[in-house]
Amino acid sequence: MNLTSSLIASGQESEAVEASVNYAMQASGAFTWMWLLIAFPLFGAAFLLLAGRRTDKWGHWLGVAMSLASFATAVVMFFAMIASPDADRSQTLHLWDWIAVGRFEVPIALHLDQLSMTFVLLITGVGSLIHIYAVGYMAEDPARRRFFAYLNLFVAAMLLLVLADSYLVLYFGWEGVGLASYLLISFFQYKPSAAVAGKKAFVVNRVGDIGMSIAIMLMFVTFGSVTFEGVLGNVGMASETANTWIGLMLLLAACGKSAQFPLQSWLLDAMEGPTPVSALIHAATMVTAGVYLIVRSGPIFEAAPTAATAVIVIGAITLMFGAIIGCAKDDIKKVLAGSTMSQIGYMMLAAGLGPIGYVFAIFHLVAHGCFKANMFLGAGSIMHGMNDQVDMRRFGALRFVMVGTFITFSAGWLAIMGIPPFAGFFSKDKIIEAAFMHGWIPGLVAAIGAGITAFYMTRLWTMTFTGKARWTEDNQHPHESPKIMLIPIAILAFLSVSIGFILAYGDAIINWLTPVTGYAEQETVLNHYIIEYGTLAMVIAGAVIAYLQYRRDVPITPPQHVSALTTAARRDLYGDAFNEAVFMRPGQWLTRSLVFLDSRVVDGAVNGVAALAGGLSGRLRRLQTGYVRSYGLWMLIGAVVLLGFLILVRV
Amino acid sequence: MNSFPWLTLLIVIPIIGAIVLAAMPRESVTQAKKVALAVSLITLIVTIVTLFQFDSDSDQAFQLVNSYSWIPALGVKFSLGLSGISIVMVGLIGVLMPLVILGGWNEADDAIGSVKGYYSLMLTLQALLFGVFMATDRFLFYIFFEAVLIPMYFIIGRYGGPQRQYAAVKFLLYSLVGGLLMLVAVIALYVQGASQLGEGTFDLSALSTLQLDSGIQKWIFLGFFIAFAIKAPMWPVHTWLPDAAGQTTPGSAVLMVGVMDKIGTFGMLALCLPLFPEAAQFFAPFIVVLALISIIYGAIMALGQRDIMRLIAYTSVSHFGFIVMGIFAMTSQGMSGATFYMLNHGLSTGALFLIAGFLISRRGSSLIESFGGVHKVAPILAGTFLLAGLSSLSLPGMSSFVSEFLVLVGTFETYQWAAIIATVGIVLSALYILWLYQRTMTGPVAPGCENFTDLNTREKWSVGPIIALIIFFGFFAAPVLNAINPSVDRVMQQVGVVDPQPAISDNVTIPVDENAVVPLEREANDGEGGQS
Amino acid sequence: MTPEYYIILSAILFTLGALGFLVRRNAIIVFMCVELMLNASNLAFVGFANQWGNLDGQTIAFYVMVVAAAEVVVGLAIILMIYRTRRSASVDEPNLLKF
Repeated sequence: MNLTSSLIASGQESEAVEASVNYAMQASGAFTWMWLLIAFPLFGAAFLLLAGRRTDKWGHWLGVAMSLASFATAVVMFFAMIASPDADRSQTLHLWDWIAVGRFEVPIALHLDQLSMTFVLLITGVGSLIHIYAVGYMAEDPARRRFFAYLNLFVAAMLLLVLADSYLVLYFGWEGVGLASYLLISFFQYKPSAAVAGKKAFVVNRVGDIGMSIAIMLMFVTFGSVTFEGVLGNVGMASETANTWIGLMLLLAACGKSAQFPLQSWLLDAMEGPTPVSALIHAATMVTAGVYLIVRSGPIFEAAPTAATAVIVIGAITLMFGAIIGCAKDDIKKVLAGSTMSQIGYMMLAAGLGPIGYVFAIFHLVAHGCFKANMFLGAGSIMHGMNDQVDMRRFGALRFVMVGTFITFSAGWLAIMGIPPFAGFFSKDKIIEAAFMHGWIPGLVAAIGAGITAFYMTRLWTMTFTGKARWTEDNQHPHESPKIMLIPIAILAFLSVSIGFILAYGDAIINWLTPVTGYAEQETVLNHYIIEYGTLAMVIAGAVIAYLQYRRDVPITPPQHVSALTTAARRDLYGDAFNEAVFMRPGQWLTRSLVFLDSRVVDGAVNGVAALAGGLSGRLRRLQTGYVRSYGLWMLIGAVVLLGFLILVRV
Repeated sequence: MNSFPWLTLLIVIPIIGAIVLAAMPRESVTQAKKVALAVSLITLIVTIVTLFQFDSDSDQAFQLVNSYSWIPALGVKFSLGLSGISIVMVGLIGVLMPLVILGGWNEADDAIGSVKGYYSLMLTLQALLFGVFMATDRFLFYIFFEAVLIPMYFIIGRYGGPQRQYAAVKFLLYSLVGGLLMLVAVIALYVQGASQLGEGTFDLSALSTLQLDSGIQKWIFLGFFIAFAIKAPMWPVHTWLPDAAGQTTPGSAVLMVGVMDKIGTFGMLALCLPLFPEAAQFFAPFIVVLALISIIYGAIMALGQRDIMRLIAYTSVSHFGFIVMGIFAMTSQGMSGATFYMLNHGLSTGALFLIAGFLISRRGSSLIESFGGVHKVAPILAGTFLLAGLSSLSLPGMSSFVSEFLVLVGTFETYQWAAIIATVGIVLSALYILWLYQRTMTGPVAPGCENFTDLNTREKWSVGPIIALIIFFGFFAAPVLNAINPSVDRVMQQVGVVDPQPAISDNVTIPVDENAVVPLEREANDGEGGQS
Repeated sequence: MTPEYYIILSAILFTLGALGFLVRRNAIIVFMCVELMLNASNLAFVGFANQWGNLDGQTIAFYVMVVAAAEVVVGLAIILMIYRTRRSASVDEPNLLKF
């Protein structure tokens, strides 16, 4: 059973390969067309939004076409990259000058290397499949054209994020995906809950953006530059304090975007969006942007051990956090969202480990992108057939009526649990191993997390597909989804099965990414056979417990007398309650009192002066009697006083 | 060395338009609107021609100068000129005016004043605003500075909402207090100039050569600064703005908040800093604190508002805080960012006010709770509102992001703590804009909103160009920044500051201009930078 | 040639005029008191001019006379109008211009 080790760990000696990416090489040949990657979907978004209702009939096909065009470009780039030697695989394309003030010079420039290439293929590939799926899923929605415009906008922004050659351009894409995410979460704007969820996602992300802004500002005052070349190339010259703060701030940004603790609260609410959105943005691509950021900024974290440790801690906490939430939720999409959180926790943890983990963070990210998108689309397919029902207590026995969905979903289920030889086995196992290279605590957390993952995924699978049918609404006639939805799921299911093996074969992913991220191996604190078999045992135990527990009748209403942990998990471990108590209520109080103060004190002072002047003049005007002689007397008195004064001064 | 009097034309054309309008019969409502639109379009063409003649590589402080003798006994000249700082404002005025007339086509119809009078006042306001930003003579600047109040006062007082009298008087009194303080300062400066240079002058470049005693400098600086702070408006002298903006017509609110208030920040940058470098540096930390309070305070106040117009006014208080902070950060990034911010804030707030105007004209109420679910009945209206809002919350891709980030970076170089606290503003801005959007545009359609029509062609043409400009500058900021940078560098030289060096170059000697003083030198090893 | 007599006479005349202005109610009398004060000052001007031997004071005296003449025209017209509307020449009657 030592499959991973035979395939990946080519040697047990501690080898370390330094990253050797060159950020300064000007793009040439096919790579000068890399702007097309972004231009296609951007054009699609702009055209569909501006052309309006005239394009309602065929607009979605344009959206699909633009996404596919971008994917085709990506494939061309990929083969061009494979054809070139390692040294030429990093290409930078300068497009135009964006900002230039004093030393602060930021061009709009794109940088394509192996790391970005991996993301570009994932984004455009999975993205295109989800576009196609959405044609079927959104068929009845009157605003389908707008939906595709937003999807295209998202793809363009996400590509800008991973292709950026400076932190500021990355920030541009970063906020762009945030906007697309906002628009798509609150796509059903007539539902207040969707509108609130979209706003919450954007605002929480903005909290993370504080970190991004401060990190970029720190980079500028430290390195005098915000490009990858200027920052990552000079890390060694900066103080550790500076690097630590930059690292921590980048981590804050990553927490916001990747729904990591303590900024995790928005992701579960984000499930208000249409399911293709949850699959594309909130599972496969956007939420992994934080991992990309950390891996890309690797040199900074390597120079700042404190920040790297913080990444590991955050990753470990979120890993457990998401898994526990996933165990208690009854909403199928929220279970998957909790699982996403947890899996990204794995990636974060791996990214925090440094060169021993970077490659596996990205490996798991790609594998997760495939199997989680697969499962989300499967969940969408179930909802499509079940009249938008998401409560798993109302599912059951769906394996007989949705055979295609059942088979594909099962592939994803096996992949995420890490059953060999499915995708998750290769990627997650290596992360657990790398965690044990770092130390006992991260290793154990990662291994236990794998057991819990198996538990909640099997719970989901069992409640949905097996047991008795618990459909309660009379008009529900569960049926299989149309082909246009099933085919993308099938492709993703195939990838869930195979991608791990493909990427692991002959250390393909390691060799591919090492020039960008570097790679190292260390001794694990525990024998790696024990790690591997122990993890597998835990996974099987979790799965069996869940199967035995949920195979039987599941009550349609959730039981009320449950352990404190279940109650807490049902309430997202009190994340929202905490936010409400600490930020929202004091904020509302502050707002109310400031509004009061503004009108009573700040404005009151001004109005008070006005009232004083008014009152005074009210008294003074009584002197205006209307009698000429009294005016004459005043004039005389005035003249006498003036004269007297003059005489007095003279003498 | 007078060039062709383009700048004089910019003032004369709207004035002629205003006189023509005033002479028209009261009944000719539609003709009056058409004449006003035509005049503003002609002005726009002249503005564009003028902008293209501006040479951003020139080493002149002012370009396209028109100078005429006016009151020789006092050395007062009628002289106009363009710097890189004023050019963005001149462009903004030229662009906004036709759009404002178009967007607020019917806003004066039901007022007690006549329609032709409204547009006559608006054109007068435009001419005077051009004058303020182009005047290179201090006395002329002061005249325009005060004269701007006159049309604005009548617009608020005759065409505004139910509380218009209160708002108009409050607006006038606040501005007059500032104006009078500035008059004292102008005279004091004149007296100082007369005693040092031998003859009195109000010319900026001559005055900036004065060697002022530091005590006197501080007092004169304060005179100018308080006037500009009231205009800008900064906390705690901001309360006139929500009242005035909430009561006046949406179109004039665009000009008031989008352009007229920039006189304050423009004055700080183009007058206060070059004339009183020492005093400016002395007061800079206090002013940065005030700006910081404005940023946070304005944002929180915006959250607590129930009226759309007042909400937008309070967001402006927050944005003006950013502008002022950028100016007094005394770095090229901060100042250029602040100048660019003036343009972008004019555009984004302009769009917000115009669209709020469309909403109010449809519903007959400006209270947020009267709206809801507008997105369902008028998607384009909601979409433009969201875009304008996104510009207000400085989303990358919108021009305001470039300026806000430049301000933050520029401030971070000299006042790290201030920039860090100011980033809270980016969260609050997302909150107030998206919450406003959520309450007005999403959810079930509110009663009274069912029959909303979507934007008509006139309205689309009114906000469309603004949004196009916002997005264009968001992607291509460099052309504008290139025009601004030389003037900002000149201000930096006059103040005698240079940008701090990045921490990793501490050990590298870099040739520094020996005359340049670096009073705001950042401590290199204060925890964030330095060589390890 | 001392100007004292002129000054004293001028002062007496001015005081008479001022007192008359303050205590009398008939508009015509009040008006004549004003004229009396003007002429008292004229006398002082001429007296001083005579003493210093230049023409400044005399010029001013002429100036004052011209102004006084113009004032008489306007003032009498006003008094006439008031008399017509109110049938009275008392200065206390038209006291509408008060707070």
